[in-house]
Formats: sequence, C-alpha cells, structure tokens
Amino acid sequence: MHSVPGRRLIMGLFLIFLLLPIYWLVNMSFKTNSEIVSTMTLWPHTPTLQHYKRIFTDESWYSGYINSLEYVVLNTIISIAVALPAAYAFSRYRFLGDKHLFFWLLSNRMAPAAVYALPFFNLYSAIGLFDTPWAVALAHCIFNVPLAVWILEGFVSGVPREIDETAFLDGYSFPRFFIKILVPLIASGIGVAAFFCFMFSWVELLLARTLTSVHAKPIAAIMTRTVSAAGMDWGLLAAAGVLTIIPGALVIWFVRNYIARGFALGRV
Amino acid sequence: MDKTVNQKAWFLVLPVFLVVAFSAVLPLMTVVNYSMQDTFGNNQFFWNGVGWFKELLDPSTDLGGRFLASLGRNLFFSLVILAIEVPLGIVVALSMPREGWTVAACLVILALPLLIPWNVVGTIWQIFGRPDIGLLGYVLNAMGFDYNYVSNDVDAWVTVIVMDVWHWTSLVALLCYAGLKSIPEAYYQAAQIDGASRWAVFKAIQLPKMNRVLLIAVLLRFMDSFMIYTEPFVVTGGGPGNSTTFVSVELVKIALGQFDLGKAAALSLVYNLIILIVCWIFYTVMTNAGVERKVQAESEPAVEPKPSAALKPVPALKPREGVA
Repeated sequence: MHSVPGRRLIMGLFLIFLLLPIYWLVNMSFKTNSEIVSTMTLWPHTPTLQHYKRIFTDESWYSGYINSLEYVVLNTIISIAVALPAAYAFSRYRFLGDKHLFFWLLSNRMAPAAVYALPFFNLYSAIGLFDTPWAVALAHCIFNVPLAVWILEGFVSGVPREIDETAFLDGYSFPRFFIKILVPLIASGIGVAAFFCFMFSWVELLLARTLTSVHAKPIAAIMTRTVSAAGMDWGLLAAAGVLTIIPGALVIWFVRNYIARGFALGRV
Repeated sequence: MDKTVNQKAWFLVLPVFLVVAFSAVLPLMTVVNYSMQDTFGNNQFFWNGVGWFKELLDPSTDLGGRFLASLGRNLFFSLVILAIEVPLGIVVALSMPREGWTVAACLVILALPLLIPWNVVGTIWQIFGRPDIGLLGYVLNAMGFDYNYVSNDVDAWVTVIVMDVWHWTSLVALLCYAGLKSIPEAYYQAAQIDGASRWAVFKAIQLPKMNRVLLIAVLLRFMDSFMIYTEPFVVTGGGPGNSTTFVSVELVKIALGQFDLGKAAALSLVYNLIILIVCWIFYTVMTNAGVERKVQAESEPAVEPKPSAALKPVPALKPREGVA
C-alpha cells in the first residue's frame, strides 16, 4: 500500500501544508506595508526590517514578550514542583480516593477556559493578584498541573520499584531518595512535562488576557493593537507573530528526541 | 504492578490538591452562586432559582436558542475535525521516515504548529486566507472560486476546519507515531515470513498497538475542539452572522461582553457538565482497556505451564484435546 516513495510523497505534502501558512507569515513580516497591500508577491521584493525594529525598540511591544515568558516560566516551575510528589504517589501507592482524585484532576485539564475566565477575574482581583504574572501562572495551573501529573506518573511507573526498595534499605530518607535518585532517573520525563507546561501556558490566551490589564499583558494580547484608525498594520502583526513562534521552535529543538513519547504522555 | 496501600501518600498529593482546588473549586463555587441569581448592575443580586437553567434548555427563548444552536454547531465541528484528523494523523504517522536525520526534522516541523499561540494561529490563517493579501485566498480566487471567509458561511466553515486540521493533526500523528515506535521489530519480521499484506500488517499489528494512544488522541481532540475559542474568534469573530459561533465564543460574549453573570454562569455549568460526562466515559473506557490488557498479559503466560493437567485423570484432558 505505501511504498517508500509513496510514504515520502505523503509526508512531503503534509509538511508543505504545515509550512506554507508559516512561510506566508514570515514573508509578510519582511515586506513593507505598501508592498503587502498593493501587490501579490511570493517573496519580499523590497525586504525591510522596520517591523522587527519597531518591536525591539518600543517598550510597550517587547515588554509583552517578557511578561509572557515570566508567567510561563513561573507556571512551569510551580506545576512541576507540585506534580512530582503526586506523580510518585499515584504511581506507587493506593490510597483513599486515589482514582476519584485522578479523574477529578483529569477533568480539570478538560475544563473549558471560557468557563473560568470570569470567576478567575473575580478571584484574583479579590486577593490582589490581578494584573501580575502570578495570577496568570496560578490560573494556568488548572490545566497544567493535571497534565504534569499525568505525564510524570507514566514516567515514574517506568522506574522499577526495586530501586525504591534498595534505596530505602540503604538508609535513604524519603526526601533524599526523591532528589538524589528518583529525579535524575526520570530527568527526561521532567523535561517532557516541563515542555508541555511551557507549551500550553505559552499558547493560551483567553485567561492570560482576562487576568491582565497593563503591567503583565501578554504579547498575544498586545498584538490586537495593530488594528488602528489607519487600518490594519499587517507587517507589524506578522512580525509579532513570527517572534511568538521562535520560543516554541527553540524548545522543540531541545526535546526533539523525547517528543513522540512525551505526546503519548509517557504511556505507550 | 500491585500497588501498596498507603494512606500517607495523601501528603504527597496534597500540594497538587490544594493548587488545583484553589483554581478549580473556588471559582466553580462563584459560578454556582451566580447561576442562581439575577443582577441589575450595581452589585445588587436577586434570587432566581433555576430560572436561568430553564431558559437555557428551552430553545424558544433567546438564551436557550443561542446556546443550543452553538452547541449543535460545536458538536458538528468536533465530529468533522475528528473524522478528518484521526485518519490523516494515522497516515502521516505511518509515513514517518524510519531513521536518519529526517526523523528529527519531521518531528520538529510536525510539532511546530502545536507551539504557536492560538491567537497567532488565528492570525496566520486570517492573513493566509484573505482574498486580497493572502496566498490561499488569492490563489483560490484566481482559480475562479468566489472564496471569502468574511462574508460566506461555507467559506468561513471551511477555513476554520482547515485551520484546525493544520493546527492539530500533528498531535494525532505524533501520538500514533509514539504507539508505532513501541512495536518490536520481530512482529514485522514474523508478518513478513507469513507473507502478510500491508493492510493485514496495519490491521493486525499496528492498529491494535495504537489503540491506547488513539484513545488519548480522540479524547484530547474532542475536548479541545469542544472548547475551541481563540482561533475562530480571531479569524471569523464567530461570523458571518453567527455561523461559526461555538459554545465558548457564545459564553465569552455573554459573560465578558454583556456581563450577564447569571446567564453566563448557568451556561458554564451545563457546559462543564457535558465535558465532565464525556470525560468520564473516556476515562472509564481507557481504564477498562488498561485492565483488559493487564488481564490478557497475565493469563497468557499462565496458559503455558500446566504440568498439573498431566496429573489429572484422563477424562479431564479430553476437552483440552478437543480445543487443540
């Protein structure tokens, strides 16, 4: 059914399908606005860096990237830190309500962000965290913590139980065993989980936009400003879009060898 | 894999429980609270009982009509994208190169759309599909199709669906690829010796191995498409008219646009309940599949060593001979 050339053809076509829209965005980001609007060109005839320059020199633009990265990193750290012990517990022990708890966590991963937008707004305003990176980082925990638990549980289960038992026989205390033995053993799993937390926090916009106004506004929300009285600033919008793709692309490169297993949430 | 019973494990789970409870239970209480009340502004609330829920489920009212229409659209959307993305994802996973640097390159490119912020995905397709400045729209119109996603319902739908296929097929493909990677080479060799066709290999070896990851893929895709908000909102804004207004878009319109807290809260609860039910069904199916597999794995080696059968009287052996 699939000979090798057939396989290559399918793969090639699919990759072109994936890359074409991205190419178009990159293409537009290097064009001047007059070129974008006036003619249809497959590559920039008068390439310009003006849009990128504007983003890197205007504080209201580049601060958006810093804000976004700030809450994404915070969220990743919190998620992994709380999920690690829980993943160990779910993997090794049976306890009261474990299955229900696991399902409840899973159901939160699936809860629509739109449902939580308004209550989060009230909650974080009430405790004075509104418009700080902490608000967004904590809000994103609702789907990232369950995901991290899920992924890490798969990886912890891959570690033979004998290793725990030997360590305890050797007189390791639980915290010491955890940090000295278990964490290095599942380092790749932690990397994958961190990657996913990064990813889902980075791509989410609805909550991030609702929970911030001025100081912690994410770049994705700032992008909507390109609509002005003079019409759309397409070039600037495209350049800002391209810059949001770069962190993701970098992160993928680092975890490329674990990516397939990671997407299967560590349970193949 | 028998787990030991240890109630102290709760201490390990406690941080997760607290963090998620803070973000999930507290806001949900607010929602329940709002859903029973009506407000005329100025933070004055009035008891409304189950009024909003009645209205929500009655298609003749404005709220109910909007909710049920968007729910229908959303279910249709989810089914369409599942029907496209799952087979396409499997085909792409089967087409992955086996070794060499191309594997890493393909993986990175496949994963790329997944890491683009959702509103940028919307922006990309908004630009790509525009008849005046976008490649897709321009080419389609040059070929004689009157394609315009801003004014034509069908075009808007096609754009949103193609965008979702572009955005998420990779997830299905990567999951299937992970499943395929776990198949030992010996299986394929055995199939080759038996002279199995490509289709037989797929049906008997590859598909069963992908079962579990496919289930995860369908679950994730169904859930995420059921609560899709950002991408269609950026591209079509829910239009033209209401033709691409999905449940989340409707909900945000009511909650943050009109600040109709009671209605929005009631909608949220029903919405959440649907998600919870579907999620529970999937979870049950998934854990059952896991248990079945375990039982199978345990019973298989148990069949082999049956020396005790030889000690039994001959009649007891008879049925076994019959099976053989």
